[in-house]
Amino acid sequence: MSAGVGVDLENLWIRFGDFVAVRDANVHIKGGDFFSFLGPSGCGKTTILRAVSGFLEPSEGNVLIGGNNMKGIGPNKRPTALIFQNLALFPLMKVWENISFSMEIAGASAKERRKRADELLDMIALSDQGDKLPSELSGGQRQRVAIARALCAEPDVLLLDEPLSALDLKLRQHMRTELREIQKRVGITFIYITHDQGEALTMSDDIAVMRAGVIDQIGDGKTIYNDPATAFAASFVGENNVFRGKVLEVNGNEALIRTNRSGDLRSRISTANLGKLAVGDDAMMFIRPEALDLAPTGTKGENFVTAQVTHEEFEGNTFNIFMEGDGGKEIKVAIPNHGQSFDDHTGQAMTLEYEVDNAVAVPAGELAAE
Amino acid sequence: MNNSIIRISIWVYLAIFFIYLLGPLVIMSITAFNSPSFPRATPWECLTFEWFSALFQDERILNGIKNSILVGIGTIILSVSMGLAGALMLTQIWPKLRATYYTIIIAPILIPGVVLGISTLVFWDRINRMLGLGADSFLSNGLFLTIIGQSTFIASYCMLVLVARLQRYDLALTEAALDLGATHAQAFRKILLPFMRPALASAAVLAFLASFENYNTTTFTFGEYPTLTIELAQKVRYGITPAISALAFMIVVLTVFAALFNEANIKRKEVIAKARKEGATVGDVTSGVKLPGFFTGNAAAITLVVFAVATIAVIGTATVYSPKQCIANVQEQKRLETQKRIQELRDQRKRDAEAAGQAGGATGAAKPSNNSGFGGVFAPGTLQGGDQGTAPADDAGSSNNSGFGGVFAPNNINGADN
Repeated sequence: MSAGVGVDLENLWIRFGDFVAVRDANVHIKGGDFFSFLGPSGCGKTTILRAVSGFLEPSEGNVLIGGNNMKGIGPNKRPTALIFQNLALFPLMKVWENISFSMEIAGASAKERRKRADELLDMIALSDQGDKLPSELSGGQRQRVAIARALCAEPDVLLLDEPLSALDLKLRQHMRTELREIQKRVGITFIYITHDQGEALTMSDDIAVMRAGVIDQIGDGKTIYNDPATAFAASFVGENNVFRGKVLEVNGNEALIRTNRSGDLRSRISTANLGKLAVGDDAMMFIRPEALDLAPTGTKGENFVTAQVTHEEFEGNTFNIFMEGDGGKEIKVAIPNHGQSFDDHTGQAMTLEYEVDNAVAVPAGELAAE
Repeated sequence: MNNSIIRISIWVYLAIFFIYLLGPLVIMSITAFNSPSFPRATPWECLTFEWFSALFQDERILNGIKNSILVGIGTIILSVSMGLAGALMLTQIWPKLRATYYTIIIAPILIPGVVLGISTLVFWDRINRMLGLGADSFLSNGLFLTIIGQSTFIASYCMLVLVARLQRYDLALTEAALDLGATHAQAFRKILLPFMRPALASAAVLAFLASFENYNTTTFTFGEYPTLTIELAQKVRYGITPAISALAFMIVVLTVFAALFNEANIKRKEVIAKARKEGATVGDVTSGVKLPGFFTGNAAAITLVVFAVATIAVIGTATVYSPKQCIANVQEQKRLETQKRIQELRDQRKRDAEAAGQAGGATGAAKPSNNSGFGGVFAPGTLQGGDQGTAPADDAGSSNNSGFGGVFAPNNINGADN
């Protein structure tokens, strides 16, 4: 199989009239990687994908595939294959004809096409479904046919535009694993578009977090989750509690932040902002719900937060406590369920503690919409 | 109780509706098999097939059919391709221009056919002259002009049909094809065209029918290629014969055949699709009486076969049956009747003359009785012993008790000319 062809975006700008869909994107995607663009709908991630596949010419900047500039090269001449959001299987063709469409274009005989289609059908575990129409398959089967069809073209880069969004939860989780396995088997570069951070985190080698046409952060899943570069990345990827305030002092990679409601709290400064966050700056501090723990009520300190409980809920694997937070947001605490008894604390004040290393401070910025 | 009134009125309404819709066709079909030379259903005289043979011996009608088919095929090719181009343009044009574009492209439907016909003629004549070509050039050829003229508005119909299907087309399919290495031409041919096939077939049928029945536009453009409608119109001017009913009957039968065949085909596909879904072969679906798979749950197919058998029976009868004896009988009967009536008239006149002699001057008081709807105004014999020139027409005229008093019967014209 292919050794893996890298994709580079250099100073990529894409405008539609006055609207800037993508603003100065610079991304290096290593060959053979599973790379995700993660962002809310309308952030320009699909636009980037269309620019890579050739359906859209960038307004400025370049798309390089395997080091070759793709300017002026149409989608049918690029070594990419796109899996569409709605899959776009040809409704009038049988499954095997769908899969081998790229070979038909290349002029292969029906026998060769059938043989290759059967191989791919074996790979996606749909061996005897080749003579059905796409409409006779289930959602997950169609999904796999779309992947087989794209792989049949032997692309260097496979582009996936939210292909799992139409599936139900169970199937989606199953397909995540399957996609990742297929990617490892064929060894080509996958570029994956999603607004689902769970998909991005579980499957990707690297993730680019996008907000309104701007790439906020690029890194692997752990980095993105634990060490967000911006307030948006911190609030969009996973659940997070925000504490707003001003930087009171900076010691090495830690900062003391005077928060609006919860007193002075100590936090780690995210790696990307080391040296940038100065005393007196507006800052935001984020602590994950699972990083908060109950402490004896009334304890004071630089890693203790006291607030009123507004309501509680039982989620199965966790007990969730919601407390009055900053700027209309609630503080969520997730306590793992070990079968312990759990009292209703609604209306009472409670104190929470956290480890300073689990809190991360970034410059104040836009939060992700909920 | 109220309910049953409503139900009855619905049935009555339906009956009226279908009589209105199909009555003329039924009457016309009957006249094709009746022997009188003026098309009529009553009184029934003799079953005859002579009007069909008369039809097939009529060079002009046959030529008209041939021209109609040629024009129809040309119009299908031109209109469907222009309609498809227009429909594609409509879905891809800049959204702000779409409404304007739509209005422009629909306009030919709203313009009277006469105007389209004249303007086609004038326009191509201009072009012909500009190019310095003679009157016998291709551009002034009747076939070319008729196809072009009809297509100006039939293409719009086709576009409407095609747009409806095209709106359900997912552009991502074309993109997927391009992405998999197809050129734009390949994507069009392998993905879009197969998707459009049902609509293209409908548009082609529509184009052919619209072309076949067109008169307004064609009447200006046909030149040396009169189509069937033109020929019929010209024929009717000189009097209508049941041969035209025979033609109408054949067109009706062909249409019904085509419709039934199409319906049967659709049903068959449904049955097969259902069987496929249930994982059974088509043959397994039937229980009890073992019908061939084609008929399973397929009323249309059964009707079609019954219809076909009936047609074959009729044709078979036609080749064997000879209405000569019947016609001879009817003629004999008519002759007797006519003689009787002439006799009656003579008696009447004699009596009238006597009465006039007696009553002096009270002439018009007692008109002779006549069973025609127009009180005999057309019967020349009633013109009080009018001039001798019309006397020979008496025979034909009086044997005709139709509402039109025989004005359409060609014999009458001959008679009047005498």
